[in-house]
Amino acid sequence: MTRKRTGLPRLPHLLGIEGLSPETISGLLDLSENYIDQNRSLDKRRDLLAGRTVINLFFENSTRTRTSFEVAAKRLGADVINMDVATSSVRKGETLLDTAMTLNAMRPDAIVVRHHESGAVNLLSQKVNCTVINAGDGQHEHPTQALLDALTIRRRRGRLQGLLVAICGDIMHSRVARSNIHLLQIMGARVRVVGPPTLMPTDIERMGVEVHYGMKSGLKDVDIVMMLRLQTERMQGSFVPSISEYFRFFGLDHEKLKLAKPDALIMHPGPMNRGVEIDSEVADDLDRSVIHEQVEMGVAVRMACLEALIGGRRNAIGAVA
Amino acid sequence: MSGNVVRSAAPHSGSTAYINARLVDPAANREYDGALLISDGKIADFGPNLFASGAPFGIHSIDCRGLYLAPGLVDTRVHTGEPGEEHKETLDSAAVAAAAGGITSMVLLPDNEPPFDDASLIEFVARRARQIRLTNMYAYGALTVGLEGKELAEMGLMAEAGAVAFTDADHAVASAQVMRRALYYAKAFDALIVHLPQEPSLSGGHMSNGEVATRLGLAGNPPLAEVMMVERDVRLLEMSGGRLHLAKISTAESVQAISTAKSRGLKITCDTAPPYFALNDLAVGDYRTFGKLVPPLRAEKDRLAIVEGLKDGTIDIICSDHRPQDQDSKRVPFAQAEPGGIGLETLLPVSLELVHNKQLGLPQLFHRLSTAPAQLFGLPGGKLAKGAPADLVVFDVQHAWKIDRADFWSKTKNSPFDERPVQGRVMATIVGGRTIYRDDAFAKEAATA
Repeated sequence: MTRKRTGLPRLPHLLGIEGLSPETISGLLDLSENYIDQNRSLDKRRDLLAGRTVINLFFENSTRTRTSFEVAAKRLGADVINMDVATSSVRKGETLLDTAMTLNAMRPDAIVVRHHESGAVNLLSQKVNCTVINAGDGQHEHPTQALLDALTIRRRRGRLQGLLVAICGDIMHSRVARSNIHLLQIMGARVRVVGPPTLMPTDIERMGVEVHYGMKSGLKDVDIVMMLRLQTERMQGSFVPSISEYFRFFGLDHEKLKLAKPDALIMHPGPMNRGVEIDSEVADDLDRSVIHEQVEMGVAVRMACLEALIGGRRNAIGAVA
Repeated sequence: MSGNVVRSAAPHSGSTAYINARLVDPAANREYDGALLISDGKIADFGPNLFASGAPFGIHSIDCRGLYLAPGLVDTRVHTGEPGEEHKETLDSAAVAAAAGGITSMVLLPDNEPPFDDASLIEFVARRARQIRLTNMYAYGALTVGLEGKELAEMGLMAEAGAVAFTDADHAVASAQVMRRALYYAKAFDALIVHLPQEPSLSGGHMSNGEVATRLGLAGNPPLAEVMMVERDVRLLEMSGGRLHLAKISTAESVQAISTAKSRGLKITCDTAPPYFALNDLAVGDYRTFGKLVPPLRAEKDRLAIVEGLKDGTIDIICSDHRPQDQDSKRVPFAQAEPGGIGLETLLPVSLELVHNKQLGLPQLFHRLSTAPAQLFGLPGGKLAKGAPADLVVFDVQHAWKIDRADFWSKTKNSPFDERPVQGRVMATIVGGRTIYRDDAFAKEAATA
């Protein structure tokens, strides 16, 4: 198999979107496209990663992301081990780095890590000599989510360049928002963040985004509406007064959606709180909502990332010609 | 001497002219002899030359005979007992007292039982105001649920229902984190937050710290409790960039701190109430519980600083801080007495002392009593302007009398100004062109015009 070198930098890990070049991102998205058809066919399995070991190390509960990574790695023929942290020695007081080095000694090719602390995945990556993929660290980054969002948008709109995207809701606590802000701007899209000031991180405008505290101005003429999940513990008076007030002013319903472009797409990283950040009618609107498509793209994007990171002989990123 | 509250179902229609008046125009910082014409409840015209050639023919006209005519008072700090403690004051009795006090709009504090932390209670006040139809009534929404200073109240929904600002009334928000989030959250609705700056952990006493408290053997609140909270709030405001109004400023240090914050360009405003520029802690005297207030009456040097703050504009607003308490709440040992004093009917006469003492001009005084509060809270009225609602007060600036609690329209009589000789009296109160209160002396004049 001849693999065309694209001159992309060697990426030992995928820790975040920040700092990636547009070429790298485009390369990963192009690579993902190949897998969409494969995933839709009867024979979904390749042996590109046969003999490789991928460990899913999740310190935070996740069903969809872990499953998505597991499906992706298995379809490429890798051996997948899911580390159930709830019963592991982490609970017995082992430090993150001890866990990392123990797993490293088992010679995996990649560790996919989710951790509730920002920066934890980065720290772990410094102590292992295999590839580390960030599946979400605290409120920092969730790079594969941003890539799957980008793939979804690109397939629907044909491009990312020049689009106006509103990311709405709990920006402060969202790693999805941060990764998307980086990716969309690297690819030449314009980003607005929309939400109550209590859920807006300080100086977010320094990341190059437009800040809006109301959906009316925030959704005006946007191409994409990206809703974020509001965690239950933040709804009851601490960051916002109540669910009903949040839904009234920041929940996406058809009334507010009218302000966006008539063909604006609706996205949500899931899992959704229906009636909190998004109205059921909108979420289930087949013409506008691409929420299920995002999940499908997730598998393709993660296959592409695995291929790019550990698929070659030298663990270097490359795109298929 | 007495007056009458005028209840009428019909809105003002047609035209009414007030002639031979001395007009007070706070926005233009002027006072002059002139006339004012009301048409269909709104100010149609006014000025020194209006009807200068004599009373207009065919228009109902009222001869003010040199009395002052000014925008009606806008009182942003009124507590009533409705709902919850109707035996102390109802919305109706408060509206009557306000009418007698020259107050054409008032904003009701949310610390009732239940507290106004829900849109339905804001709507309740609006409904009662439509039924009572005297002074205009608006309501604050609670800043936090149950005024407990913990969870944010539904500011957005209450603002939609008509809440004009948000406050926890006389409860200070102890947690800096909650206050910070409140200031941030309010930005989404450009809502005004009103906060009483008193550090709660230092405010457990019964009067201000100092010689008088020591002699009386009463636990004192240090004036420091106020400026500490002012400074905390200023820092939080600087970070959040919201709109903050500090209530009932009572100490010299607070005035200084707010003045500094204003000079740094922050969107901060503040108010005080007559007790803090007209009384000091000596008024507690012989354990007079009518002098027990929140914040407590301060030392003379603080009182003088409040007057200075009013003069130089550091203090934007004077409000009545009306808080009725019945005998059971006040005829008890000082430490057990409930704090608060009524103020609707004494707001204008006591504030006029600042004019008689040559500390403020009349237009300046009415800026603090009417124009500034209307502007800050986004209420109609509070100004002489064509097209503005005809919310006005006619008053006699010279009339000398003695405040007597037996004459109050309020249900309760707990005024710290009882028996105080004052100069200046409300002659008529006009809301939307309709006279809602008329002093007997003025009734005679008007009838002969």
